[in-house]
Amino acid sequence: MVTSETNRVVRTTCPYCGVGCGLDLHIQDDYIYRVTSDFNNVVNQGNLCVKGRFGYDYIYSDRRITTPLMRRNPQKPGQRTQAFERSEWSEVSWETALDYVAERLVDIYERDGSDALSVYCCAKASNEDNYLLQKLFRALFRTNNVDHCTRLCHAGSVVALQMALGSAAMSNTASEVIKTDCFIVTGSNAPENHPIIALQMKAAVKQHGSQLIVIDPRKLELCDYAALWLPLKPGTNVPVFTAMAHVIINERLFDNAFIDNRTSGFDEFSKSVQQFTPEYAETISGVDRNLIVEAARMYAKAERGAIYWGMGISQLAHGTASALGLVHLALLTGHIGREGTGLNPLRGQNNVQGASDMGCMPYHYPGYMEVTKPENAAKWEKAWNLPTGSLSLEKGLTTTEILSNVHPDGVRALFVMGENPMMTEPNLNVTRQHMQDLELLIAQDLFINESGAYADVFLPATSWAEKDGTFTNTDRRVQRVRKAIEPRGYVRSDWKIICDLARRVEQRMGHTHSAYWDYDSPEEIMLEMASVVPEYHGVTYDRIDKIGLQTPVLSQDHPGTPYLFTDTFPSGRGKFFPLQYVPAVEQPDDEYPFILTTGRLLEHWHGGTMTRNSSLSQLYPEAHVDVHPVDAARSGLDNGNAVRVSSRRGKVILRARITEKTTPGVVFISMHFAEAAANLLTIDALDPQAKIPEFKACAVKMERVSEDTLPNPDVRLERGRW
Amino acid sequence: MTSDPIKLTIDGQEFTVPAGSTLLDAAKEAGKDVPTICYHEHCTSYGLCRVCVVEVEGQRLLTPACVAEAEDGMIVHTRNKRVERSRRTILEMLNASVDLTEAPEIVEQLHDYQADSDRFSGGWQREQPVIDDNPMFIRDYSQCVLCWRCVQVCAEDAQYTFAINFSGRGCETNISTFFDKGLTDSTCVFCGQCVGVCPTGALKPKREWLLERGHSQDEILQMTHTDRRKKKRRQERPYQTGQMK
Repeated sequence: MVTSETNRVVRTTCPYCGVGCGLDLHIQDDYIYRVTSDFNNVVNQGNLCVKGRFGYDYIYSDRRITTPLMRRNPQKPGQRTQAFERSEWSEVSWETALDYVAERLVDIYERDGSDALSVYCCAKASNEDNYLLQKLFRALFRTNNVDHCTRLCHAGSVVALQMALGSAAMSNTASEVIKTDCFIVTGSNAPENHPIIALQMKAAVKQHGSQLIVIDPRKLELCDYAALWLPLKPGTNVPVFTAMAHVIINERLFDNAFIDNRTSGFDEFSKSVQQFTPEYAETISGVDRNLIVEAARMYAKAERGAIYWGMGISQLAHGTASALGLVHLALLTGHIGREGTGLNPLRGQNNVQGASDMGCMPYHYPGYMEVTKPENAAKWEKAWNLPTGSLSLEKGLTTTEILSNVHPDGVRALFVMGENPMMTEPNLNVTRQHMQDLELLIAQDLFINESGAYADVFLPATSWAEKDGTFTNTDRRVQRVRKAIEPRGYVRSDWKIICDLARRVEQRMGHTHSAYWDYDSPEEIMLEMASVVPEYHGVTYDRIDKIGLQTPVLSQDHPGTPYLFTDTFPSGRGKFFPLQYVPAVEQPDDEYPFILTTGRLLEHWHGGTMTRNSSLSQLYPEAHVDVHPVDAARSGLDNGNAVRVSSRRGKVILRARITEKTTPGVVFISMHFAEAAANLLTIDALDPQAKIPEFKACAVKMERVSEDTLPNPDVRLERGRW
Repeated sequence: MTSDPIKLTIDGQEFTVPAGSTLLDAAKEAGKDVPTICYHEHCTSYGLCRVCVVEVEGQRLLTPACVAEAEDGMIVHTRNKRVERSRRTILEMLNASVDLTEAPEIVEQLHDYQADSDRFSGGWQREQPVIDDNPMFIRDYSQCVLCWRCVQVCAEDAQYTFAINFSGRGCETNISTFFDKGLTDSTCVFCGQCVGVCPTGALKPKREWLLERGHSQDEILQMTHTDRRKKKRRQERPYQTGQMK
């Protein structure tokens, strides 16, 4: 037993999904040997998942980059190559690396102006890191080309909630699910992607008498707990949700008082839903009309109903409409603004809520202040010691637009902190071309991932265990992250790297007034941000030392907000928007007969930079395509066969897993595996409002191929997991 | 069940506790130290280990405090001769059959109750090889006291995964997967809730286990990782070789 005197325990917050579980790291000689959690933690009650409890060892990986690196061969636009081997990089000092980055960025800015620069902030980094990075690009380079992976994840939900309610976050606390009478989980595989919220969902059904409705193309684990499962075809959310609204309206199951007092646009909306009969929805979605009727009644008649959703709603070319379809159900029934109700988009990453709150988006400053309004710019010009008129009033480019605008008159430089667009963007073959065309690419990360391999300069950053800061979880709880071990090698905290770079940029540009980069600690950064952003006014490190606070926290004595919209919506009244059914852009046909839908696995996380470098990769080493037995028989496939899956855009080779977890006509590939990257296949069609790509539906074909064409024929997942 | 507070006598003193309290809650409220082994604040109590027994006047048998509800007028003795003897015997039997070296709370109880380590020595002992069948945690059931917490959190107390349960009878009772298969072939999702509630060293993160065996951080990394960038590889992953010394 480890009982040495040097043994210590550090309390912090999990670096993986948006649940934000509390962790106690047990450490000896700077080695984390055990992770536990406080059984009294309000978020996770002592429960963890495989990632949080065992998946942290990437921080000790020998592939971790611990010195700044620069490419040996200078990279030119159009001829940029990927360098995974250390021999292709030179180790340099921080001074050399940062001087070079500052010089190149300033050169490009002075030559081509603000629009040529862009930055990907990071939903895995802390609030403080993200706040500073957007401050650097906005204050010094006058660009709003600032975005992060929320664009690829919940942008559809964020835009829909802002349009309808004026706020974009989970309305209620996740653990309130045990207080619902009926809840809908749609487009979300919570047991794999939000494992601890899923435990609360299961307990809600098994111990607290809630009824669960699952609306999803896949027969996920939660279906075992569901009163109803509506197996819809990918991309047919709008007809199903709107048919439910049709039933609620025509059977007069709606909450009249709520609609009168709190909403607008009901009359027009109720006319628009008349075409969306359950029969019509059945012909499009394949869901039995009776199930739609029953689901609508069950949700509408519940005293407290709630909706939880994931990427299956937002990652569509009509992701915004899809999320609006859910908003309508809550507005019709008044299932919002009370405990145990609500509209709850489950955020995928530890700090995606925080990075959005910190203004890492092209249309908003921190606190969702629109960049186009001069009064907002004035606030930040004051906070950042800038002369009036310094900040850009033009909306910037989104993640997807930044890359598609890489050309001599467009974006020239991209700074990527902790993201991996070469895994997470749709249609990777086109993304690859854009990455190669960049004039300057800076990566700030732990590992040389598929995107960092294209970079000119690699800045090695600390992991979550090596730095202080805060994360804001999916239910808006701002929680502390604490330095547990000494940084490996020469790595530095993101916020320190950004400050050092910013000072160099200011010096080169000859700024006489600094926007201020001399912070002593992340706490000081939080104070600066919170002084301007009302939702964070009352958040201080002292107050969140033991238990995090849920934003909005409007003042020092404000207790935080477990659920939103009690009396009113930020937009005043909740708005109904008549919807049209727009089919998925690519429909299956004779040549490409299957619909591919993508998603995540319990054991892995997004682009895989962290989990594929951890022992989680031992537990789950290879990619699969999930095929329904009916389709497998038709295609002559057996379990474990090597299969080439191709779309009009690309192809991957991986093993087939024959499973009833998917439905006939739909195949599933997870997004984590670079050697069989699902996003080589996906389509880069965008939602017109949210600019989110259609990851959840494209057409593919499958052919059996020989074993030795697999990227790693020797690697087999020897597991019988459900 | 009435919601009125309950009055009872604990070790000669009268106390009032909220309705629905167990005798263990009541004893805690009264500042009495009642030892527990299988009880966990966040698991459903089943009164398996019986080390928390107390004497309630008028009841023929000793009462497990973790499951018995406090009732009006009860007269409870949390540590009289009879209770002490019962607890000591339980601890002596556990100590004789299970390796308790990594269960500091139970070791403390052994001292507290002056358990005689020779009383049952030489009898049957729970001796099993360490099961090292996955990259996340090891199972050393020679240290298992059958508290059942791991089974509970794998089931309705947390995870709803139902990967493990009791197998066997009597001395042969064990915690096991269905048909004793490896964890990777079970429904296990490796959440490690079981590791989190294990009161002994029976369930332990693999990295902690290797660290205790004197391996360096680099060695542990090598023993728990294989390089995915090498296209063809033949080396076996350590956890597949079963016993790793």
